[in-house]
Amino acid sequence: MSVIRVPEADAAGWRCAACDEPLVMRPVELEYLDALFNVELPTCPQCNRVFISEELALGKMHQVEQLLEDK
Amino acid sequence: MEQAELRAWEHKCIQEETPWCTAACPIHVDAREFCSLMAQRRWDKAWALLARTMPLPGVLARMCGGTCESACIRAQAGGAVGVSRLERFCADNSTHLPPPRPLPSRNKSVAVMGGGMTGLCAAWEMARRGFDVTLLCDAVGVGLRDLPDTVLPAGVLDREIASLRAMGVVIETGVQLSRSLIESLLEEKDAVFIDGNTVSEAGMLGEPDELTLGTRLAGLFASPADNAPPEFQAAAARRAANSVERFTQGVSMVSGRELEGPYQTRLFTSLTTVEPVAPVQGSSGWSEADARDEARRCLQCECMECVNVCEYLKHYKQYPKVYARRIYNNASIVMGTRQANTMINSCMLCGLCQAVCPEDFSMADLCLEARRSMVELGTMPPSTHEFALRDMAFANGDSCALARHAPAEDSSDYLFFPGCQLTASDPDGVHAAYADLRARLGRVGLMLRCCGAPAHWAGRQSLADQSLSILKGEWEQLGSPRIIAACPTCLKTLRQWLPDAEIVSHWSALRAMGLPGGARADGGTLTVGDPCSARHDTMLREDVRTLLDRLGVDTVEPELNGELAQCCGFGGLLAEANPELGQAVAQRRADELTKDFVTYCVMCRDRIARMGKRALHLYDLLYPGDGEPGSRPAPGYSDRRENRTRLCERLLRELWNTDQAEAEPHEAVQVAFTDEAARLMENRRILRSDVQKVLYHATRTGAQFVHDETDRLLASWRPSTVAYWVEYEPQNDGFMVHRAWCHRMRVRGGQS
Ligand code: SF4
Ligand code: SF4
Ligand code: SF4
Ligand SMILES: [Zn+2]
Repeated sequence: MSVIRVPEADAAGWRCAACDEPLVMRPVELEYLDALFNVELPTCPQCNRVFISEELALGKMHQVEQLLEDK
Repeated sequence: MEQAELRAWEHKCIQEETPWCTAACPIHVDAREFCSLMAQRRWDKAWALLARTMPLPGVLARMCGGTCESACIRAQAGGAVGVSRLERFCADNSTHLPPPRPLPSRNKSVAVMGGGMTGLCAAWEMARRGFDVTLLCDAVGVGLRDLPDTVLPAGVLDREIASLRAMGVVIETGVQLSRSLIESLLEEKDAVFIDGNTVSEAGMLGEPDELTLGTRLAGLFASPADNAPPEFQAAAARRAANSVERFTQGVSMVSGRELEGPYQTRLFTSLTTVEPVAPVQGSSGWSEADARDEARRCLQCECMECVNVCEYLKHYKQYPKVYARRIYNNASIVMGTRQANTMINSCMLCGLCQAVCPEDFSMADLCLEARRSMVELGTMPPSTHEFALRDMAFANGDSCALARHAPAEDSSDYLFFPGCQLTASDPDGVHAAYADLRARLGRVGLMLRCCGAPAHWAGRQSLADQSLSILKGEWEQLGSPRIIAACPTCLKTLRQWLPDAEIVSHWSALRAMGLPGGARADGGTLTVGDPCSARHDTMLREDVRTLLDRLGVDTVEPELNGELAQCCGFGGLLAEANPELGQAVAQRRADELTKDFVTYCVMCRDRIARMGKRALHLYDLLYPGDGEPGSRPAPGYSDRRENRTRLCERLLRELWNTDQAEAEPHEAVQVAFTDEAARLMENRRILRSDVQKVLYHATRTGAQFVHDETDRLLASWRPSTVAYWVEYEPQNDGFMVHRAWCHRMRVRGGQS
């Protein structure tokens, strides 16, 4: 599965508070309604917490959710 | 939906039926479109339209007797549209067109006998369809030659005859009809047609068949010698051409011919708002403005009754016949996107369309049925109604629901059922109402819960049944008392699903009991708006008006009210499925108000209030608080929940000395919101409790992000299907929330 890159995922300025680590782009598996996507998202290199920006959640992600719901 | 059901739905909507003029016209000229083009002074386009339908258009357009005008419904508002005069004007004022290009040759030959109107039209019709036509006659243009210029200007006839030749018709003149000629032609040609008006010998063949124009000889067709007006002669010619086509193809001569010649239409066009306008005088020497004005009198007949009153139907740009097909197609999709889901889920199920439809078409039934089958098949988008159904579950949960006899009583004569939305919007009003009912009626029990309408609207019938059976069980436990319901939707729902119960509206009860003590009597003039759920409840609407009258309110009735009441956008869960459209619907209703608004459905009240209008619920007058009635805000989703919980707690404490079940731990988290955050949350259906859960878990686990510049924190949590993100900063003992968002997609591997 090829990795999808989305500019909206940007996490500029945010770091993991628990690990005090800057976030790095990592491939992450996202799933909804039996569909699976490999997306590069800002992630804490230590605890693997994934950051999902407001822009991503309400933009691309929302679109894909709606699309899958209508499939 | 089965194909047959689709057909039945489609048949029911008569929007696509032919207008009266076209149905009455023997050759079915599209007079409506013709008038539309003429009204725009597009003479050449209008002429092209006539030339598409009319044989020998230059002749027929000037000679048509205007049969359509006897059917035109403009006759009831000033006078029929002068279509035949418009056709003449168009013929005189447009650019001549070359004759139509015939279809490729069928290699079938037809002899047409007789050079009068019918014969010429028959030759035209058949040549157009690709027959090899020979026109045999004594002389061409019998009866058309010697007409005055005012009827048929010189040269027009010859030009159309030249067109006939250009279409491949071979014309032989000086031919006399005889029995032997007919016989030899029948041998030689594939079919023969005789113009009965021109060829007197045709009489010896007997009367042709009315439907087919067939005679006793196979392959020989004839028109009757009736000297009918030109448009009927043209229709006879077309009928003959149809018969010749069927005959040479060897298909049925009779089936499916009902729409040849004039017929009755099923169309409906309302004239209620049509101002009478007299026809433009004169029949010749019209100016362009005269012609345009006459064409403008055409009503462009169509139905659209339902679309005109329903913002939802208007929004999707078509009408129910088209929607029925879309819904059918939507259900048949196996792979690919179901384009009509949102459309199906946007109907308010309010029943207004059916109330105005001449054919009783119920878009509500159609959409509800579609929703139910989507739920059954598992194709209903999960997010559409989830929030509303969660809200319903909350209203029926331990923190909001109760069912009890009045304090210190062990039986109930009545059971007050205020409904979960009234409780959510005006808990103090409900509190006062219950006190009033107890004070005046004695043993009045209380049931706080949802009637199940949201589940019903969402097409989740099993969920609705389940909720109802709990409700029913509790009601029976209380001894099946008479129910006093305050919400018109609850009334409608409970009456439908709880037929054994005796149910009265709170308004009926108050009408009988008299106004409560603290009622305000300084009403003034208000627009009384009926909710869509009261459409079929005449008594309810009367009760409310009686109460308003006693409250000293002078009422103004909006145009669409009573049986034609509009929905506020809450019905059918429109506001969940399609928030923008829900907004537009409420806006339209608010815009139509000339005075401040009063109603007896709290959702109508809240949604109109949110449009910036002063809006009152009857409780605001009957059980007023301290503030100016109507100034009470329309609470958002979180406050609605809190209002229900608080009311339940308060009643339990005050009346039954009971403490509510323990609060959940996240409820202790102190949160405040910026205005922006509060606005975002309302639009995104994020509740205060969702935010509290996020913060509760973030503080326990420490799983947060922090921003280098703003120092704000960011955390997320997924209670079940939706993940919530909250951007916040610590403040005093709690948190100030700046932003919040959510998504349904899940990070694989467990992150909430
Ligand atoms: S009212 Fe609506 S549904 Fe009924 S016939 Fe007219 S267009 Fe069709
Ligand atoms: S008003 Fe126009 S569309 Fe209606 S019947 Fe008359 S000509 Fe036809
Ligand atoms: S919203 Fe009401 S009027 Fe409009 S289509 Fe639905 S049921 Fe009919
Ligand atoms: Zn970390």
